This record gives sequence, C-alpha cells and structure tokens, in this order.
Amino acid sequence: MEILVCIKRVPTVGGRIAVTPDGQEVDTRMSGFSISPHEECAVEEAVQITERAGGSVSVLTLGPEAAIEQLRGALALGAGRAVLLETDGSEFGPIATAAAIAAEVRAHSYDLVLLGNEAADTGDYQVGVRLAHELGWPVATGIKNLSVSPDGIVARREYRGVEEAYELPLPAVITVKEGINLPRYPSLPGRLRAKRAAVERSAPVSAAEGLRKEALRVPASSQHQATVLGHGADAVPELVRVLDELGVLL
Amino acid sequence: MSVLCLVELDGADPADVSLRALTLARTLGDSSIGAVVFADSAHVPAVTLADYGVTDVYVIEPGSLDGYAPQAWARTLAGLATETGATAVLAAGTDRGNEVLAHVGAITGLPMAANCTVVTPDGGRTHRLVRHRWAGLLFEDAVMEAPVALFTVATDAVAPVPVVPASVQVHVHKPELAEADLVVRAAESAGRAGGVSLATARVVVGGGRGVGGADGFAPLEELAELLGGVVGVSRVVTSEGWRPHRQQVGQTGTKITPELYLACGISGAIQHIAGCAGAKHIIAINTDPGAPILAHADYAVIGDLHQVIPALVAALRAR
Repeated sequence: MEILVCIKRVPTVGGRIAVTPDGQEVDTRMSGFSISPHEECAVEEAVQITERAGGSVSVLTLGPEAAIEQLRGALALGAGRAVLLETDGSEFGPIATAAAIAAEVRAHSYDLVLLGNEAADTGDYQVGVRLAHELGWPVATGIKNLSVSPDGIVARREYRGVEEAYELPLPAVITVKEGINLPRYPSLPGRLRAKRAAVERSAPVSAAEGLRKEALRVPASSQHQATVLGHGADAVPELVRVLDELGVLL
Repeated sequence: MSVLCLVELDGADPADVSLRALTLARTLGDSSIGAVVFADSAHVPAVTLADYGVTDVYVIEPGSLDGYAPQAWARTLAGLATETGATAVLAAGTDRGNEVLAHVGAITGLPMAANCTVVTPDGGRTHRLVRHRWAGLLFEDAVMEAPVALFTVATDAVAPVPVVPASVQVHVHKPELAEADLVVRAAESAGRAGGVSLATARVVVGGGRGVGGADGFAPLEELAELLGGVVGVSRVVTSEGWRPHRQQVGQTGTKITPELYLACGISGAIQHIAGCAGAKHIIAINTDPGAPILAHADYAVIGDLHQVIPALVAALRAR
C-alpha cells in the first residue's frame, strides 16, 4: 500500500490569537508552528496501515521552506519520503492547492491519499474533495475509522448520532478527523533518521481564485470578566438562582 | 433571481442548522428561495420551510436517489442551479453541508467559501462575505467573484429567525446522475439509542483536566441528566483517553450551541473556545480565578468542581 499524507504548517495558537497590523496574517512572532490534530492522526493512520499491510508512507506539504520542520516531524513518526511543494509563503487557494497535490500524485502510483478533514487555519473544507475530482478518484471526508484491504476501503464516520459506512475502491482520497487513533510520540531513532532524510522539492504553480481574502480580524470581543457567584459549595444557592433565571432548569 | 439551499432534516423537521442557513439566505435579497430536500415528498416539512422564507421546495425522492451520496447530492444541486438560474447555492456548515458544497465547487470549477457568517451581494457576480477561519477564532473579510456563489453558513453564528410566510410550491425533481456520482454512498446503521446529541443539546456540562481522570465524570453525567443535557469535554480529556473523542467540544471536535454551557475544570484554551463560543450563556466552575475561560463566561464559581457539583446536584434534587 503506497500512501501519501498531506500536512500543513500552521502557527501553534495557545491562549490567544492575533493578527499582523496589515490584517493579512496571523501574528506568529510569539508562536511556534505545528500541524493540526487531524493531520497528526492522518500521519499515524498511514503508518499503522503500512505496519499491518506493508508498503510505504510519503508525506507532502505545500508551504514555505520552513515547513520542512513539519515534514521532518512526520518522517520521525515513520514516513519514508518527504515532498515539499515550495512556495514563497503566500497563501495558495484550495483550487491551486488541490491541483499542485494532484500533479505529485500523478507522478507516482499511490493507492491512497490521506488529508486532515480541514486545515486548522484557513478551514476551507474542500482540498481533499477537489483533489479527488482532479484525479477522478472516490473520496470520503471526516472519517474516524478506516479498514483497508487490497480490494478497497471501508471508511466510517458518525453523523448526528448515526454511523455512516462508506465502501470505496482504491485508489481513493480520505480526509480524517482527530479521534481516528491516538498518535504516537516520535522515537529517538526516528528523529535521527528524520534529521538526515532528504526532502524532495518542487515549485507549484499559483493562480488567482474567485475567492479573495481582504483581511483577517479578531471578532469584536465578547471578552469580559465573569460575574463571580461565590466560592466553593457555598455558591450553590446563588448558582441555582442563576440557572433558574436562565430558564434551564427542567 | 433565486438562491438554492440544501436543507437537512432532523426526523420530520428541517434541521436547526438549515433554518439558520435559510435565515442567512434571505439576506441575499433574492425573490425566490429554493429548499432542496432529499426525502419522500409525503414527509417534506413545507409549512415550516415557508415560515423561514422558502418559496419553492425541490424534493428528490428515494426512488431517484436513496440515502446520502455526497457527489450525487452535489450533482443534483449543480443541475438545479443551472435549471433555476440560481445566483447562489448554500448549505449549513455541517460535515455534510461542507462536503456537498465542496463537491459542487469541484464539479463546477467555482470557488466555495466555507462557514460564512455574512454574505452580501455587491453587484453583478460579486459577493462580499465574512467567514470563519481558525474555527471562528478569526474572521476573514473576503470577496467572491463567481457566476454562482457557493458557500456554507457557520452553524453557530446566525440565529434562526422566522418570517411571515409566503406561499410555497413543492416540485418533485429527478436529478440526472452519472454512475460515478453513486460510487461513494453512506450505509447508515442505527446510532446510539435515544441520546441527546452534543451539537444540538440545550445544556452541555463540560469537563476538563480538572475532572482528574476517567472515573471523575459520574457527577457531571448526573448533573447533565438533571438538566436534560449531555456531557462534553476538552481536548486533554480525549487525548488522555478519559472519554471518547465524540464528546470533545472544540476546533477539532464538535461545535455546540446550547442555552447553557457549564464549563467545569476547563481552563479555556483557545481551541476549546472555538467550540463553545456559540453557547448562549457560559458558567465556569474553576479553582483558578485567573483561568482564561472566565474571560468568556457570564458567571463563575471559584472552587473545586468535586465539591461544587455534588452540592449542586443535591440542591437540584431537593427542589
């Protein structure tokens, strides 16, 4: 089973999120970078599948040179090959991103492409679907359970309390959500191997898309300070009064 | 001028998230609002849809297309958009809504804006919009240039508002589908019986690191039951394996829109706030008066949830 996992370098946001003065980017002066939990799970899932069924995992990112840090992170977890679709750091829209990934997929013979359900930053919810259409492959999104056999895949997710199962022939595109597995921590030998590994590079083509970002902003703050009802169990009568006032008591 | 909105059903009624999407659809100022419903025409909630401004209902019956098949649903929407000359096609920003609209975008080659909170026509093919990034922690102001505007509506941003209903026409529509559209389709099996869903619960009792371990959740469950609600948890709780991931509230879990979110032992990391910002009221129970969650809560009790919750349960039982 030859698997490609697509990941994206995004700022690690902790207690707050801020925007640069020009309104174009998240202010990353105080933050590190990571990949989204969905994508951590996509890498883990790919490694687990190849541990069971054989084959290899490649990891791809579209982003600036600094995103090699995230590629090495995936290599340390068990991916064998890394591909950087190198940009100047400017944002690629979902249509151009899908086209760039499709070009890499066509140049190799993958059986399966895994992505996170949505990127943590842009939240476009469509790169996996557009990639599948580019390739003419079937796609399932938001998957939380995957069983792979040479004949195909059964992908499961839950929707409003009902389990949905999708049977897909291979090759296929699957986008996964956190919860599909518990990602491992990198081993020391894994980290050493990742440090030395070569990263293949190419330059994808960007194109203007019909949806254009003008500015990012932090929502008009609902931030305030909560009214303290009291301390410990002594606060319970006041808490009950507030619950009653909010109309949530049955 | 018309817009088309995919309407999901919740039993016999339109899903609350779809009513929110229809409320936003009305702001586009089009004279005709079409609801696209995949159901038996005998069970289409046309009266409720009219209450939310729908003028035409397009019903795709099980005989034409049975069950959920994302690409087939998208092909149906794209076909109807062409037939009706729609200037916009939208859906609620659910797993299904985002998936189907992504397929519509791929089929038509048009851009799709996920999780919008405002969409305003700006002449010709232009729409100005505001959409969620970082699961709503940031807003993006954007401009869409397209013959048909494709977008989904953030599920926790627009409140559903009814209107004085106009007359509504129901059309049974037979979509033209290719074989490839039906390759991926959901086989649905019965879900967990009778449970209130986290996404739609009226009350959510949240538990975080302060709960202390997998065996600390019984009082929260008891409280949730007394309030007719469910338990939700923070990411650390699912990462530690204390509770299953489907109970996670947050950017990579579920976005909730309850009347009350009672956050117990939850510090309020920004990824968690992304999931609970749609709550009407937030009450925090936390030992730390400086916890970030207090900047998002309406009320707080400073104290140990292991003392406060049992006392609250006892007080509620005594009523």
